[in-house]
Amino acid sequence: MKLALGPVLYYWDRDTMFYFYDQMADAPVDIIYLGETVCSRRHLLRLQDYLDVAERLVAAGKEVVIATQALIESEYDVKTLRRIAGNEKFRVEANDMGAVRLLANKTPFVAGSTLNIFNSQTLDLLAGLGAARWVMPVEMSRAALASVLHQRQFALETEVFAYGRLPLAYSARCFTARHHNLQKDDCQFKCLDYEDGLALKTREGQPFLTLNGIQTQSALVHNLIGELDTLQDAGVDVVRVSPQAHHSGEILRLFRECMEQRVTPAQAFSQIEGLMPAASCNGYWHDKPGLEFISR
Amino acid sequence: MQSDKIELVCPAGSLPALKTAIDHGADCVYMGFRDDTNARNFTGLNFSLDNAKEGVRYAHAKGRKVLLALNTYPQADGWQRWKNAIDNAAELGMDAVILADPGLMQYAAKTHPDLRLHLSVQGSATNYEAINFYHEMFGIRRAVVPRVLALAQVEQLMAGTPVEIELFGFGGLCVMVEGRCALSSYATGDSPNTRGVCSPPRSVRWQETPKGLESRLNGILIDRYDPEEKAGYPTLCKGRFDVEGETYYAIEEPASLNTLELLPKLINMGIAAIKIEGRQRSPAYVEQVTRVWRQAIDSCQRDTQSFAVKPAWMAELGKVSEGQQQTLGAYYRPWK
Repeated sequence: MKLALGPVLYYWDRDTMFYFYDQMADAPVDIIYLGETVCSRRHLLRLQDYLDVAERLVAAGKEVVIATQALIESEYDVKTLRRIAGNEKFRVEANDMGAVRLLANKTPFVAGSTLNIFNSQTLDLLAGLGAARWVMPVEMSRAALASVLHQRQFALETEVFAYGRLPLAYSARCFTARHHNLQKDDCQFKCLDYEDGLALKTREGQPFLTLNGIQTQSALVHNLIGELDTLQDAGVDVVRVSPQAHHSGEILRLFRECMEQRVTPAQAFSQIEGLMPAASCNGYWHDKPGLEFISR
Repeated sequence: MQSDKIELVCPAGSLPALKTAIDHGADCVYMGFRDDTNARNFTGLNFSLDNAKEGVRYAHAKGRKVLLALNTYPQADGWQRWKNAIDNAAELGMDAVILADPGLMQYAAKTHPDLRLHLSVQGSATNYEAINFYHEMFGIRRAVVPRVLALAQVEQLMAGTPVEIELFGFGGLCVMVEGRCALSSYATGDSPNTRGVCSPPRSVRWQETPKGLESRLNGILIDRYDPEEKAGYPTLCKGRFDVEGETYYAIEEPASLNTLELLPKLINMGIAAIKIEGRQRSPAYVEQVTRVWRQAIDSCQRDTQSFAVKPAWMAELGKVSEGQQQTLGAYYRPWK
């Protein structure tokens, strides 16, 4: 199995981003996804900045994939999408069918988790259009994955979101701006104040969700480090870790050690707990509500 | 390709609702089969094959159309069920099927080339590149656009595609991009994508407590009501939550989308159809909403210039709106 780092889902300032990727150049990770996938108003890094970072990461021996925005609304968004799809250097992760249209039959691409590939018919269709890898929807269970992989005709790599707050929903509305009584078009870039997102709790204090601009995430951290052997058994080729503000490098190291069987999944699980911004969940993998945690 | 008249597409959760919608002026009704192949998979709702047959007969006898929603994503172990549903739709003479899954569209286009395909709102197509993908690959004729675009964005989208556009005009409001929301499965295990339900009734618990009436979804407190407050169904994005010590509707207020006042604009833009949400609602709801929208569309099409929303229409729609509140949603950009 290979280890991947997903795109940064939060809005960090420019220096923080460059520092983060300088560190990641030395981290034990095979694949790095780059790019703004959440909100087109987040502009501190432009596409050219990401392409520059990509060059440096490739020089450090990483495979780089440029990820496209999940929600493409405006003509401006479409133009950015065309520029990414037309870049001739780096592989692209398509997170919208519009991106698939621009990449299909032209260049191998990664079919992102928001494309909702739930069955082998759709998987084969995308593989036929040039998908070299697909990322399972976050809602999908181990059993459903096994069934899809058993039925598919085409060979392509399978990637699973294995660590991080789950990206659960996208909206036109910005919930971070709404919290500050601001309109989205005048959001004052409040997302910069929340390096790991803005916590939403129930009225009895249970952490439930995380507001991240137009994206809603889980409050709990989806964590499959204790399940790495079952991922391997299911036929997963790539394991994705989603960046968080602190300890991403250490988390990648633990995943790597566990994948190389230098620590057991149980040991890795107990070591990772101190590095997490919230408690673990893994319900989706077990065909349960996503917020549940099933211990082994 | 724009049709001359904007179509009114009304919900049919049952045979009585279907007949009510037809009798009160729906141009089209949309329905689902009685299983997880559609996104309103609720107990007691939807159509058996016999009921569907009778529904199609009733509608066609009056010159109206029937659309079949097969708009969930076929799950790995259930392909046969979705495939059968397509075959049944063709056999029943449905005027179109409303699909979200590309694999299923491919099957439908290959096996039943005469069956008209509409892209469901669950397909999350918010731009013309995405819509054109489905058009080129499977020949879709119409796309239902998620309730997240401002009207100016819908106009831009229409300029880039030959595919007809259908918009939501009235009913429950999804704040999230349809097809891109897993909040319900995160909380309960079932979601629109996987099981055709959101915040499913089987996970709902109501509880009187000293602090007030509480609504819970799989144990998660969605809202708590003071005695003078009217309680609403605990759709999880419409609860009151705590963010940095402030308790409010952090995602969306309980309100219904109502675009009646945008009707002249929608007609001038060349929107092909207006969809009324609510297959889970009663025939009485279908009657009220269909009647008002039929009158409004007829009045607007007679004279777009001098069209005015009648207060009586708004009052009528207000009665059946969630929380008695109405909003223009994302069509009105500052809502975002």
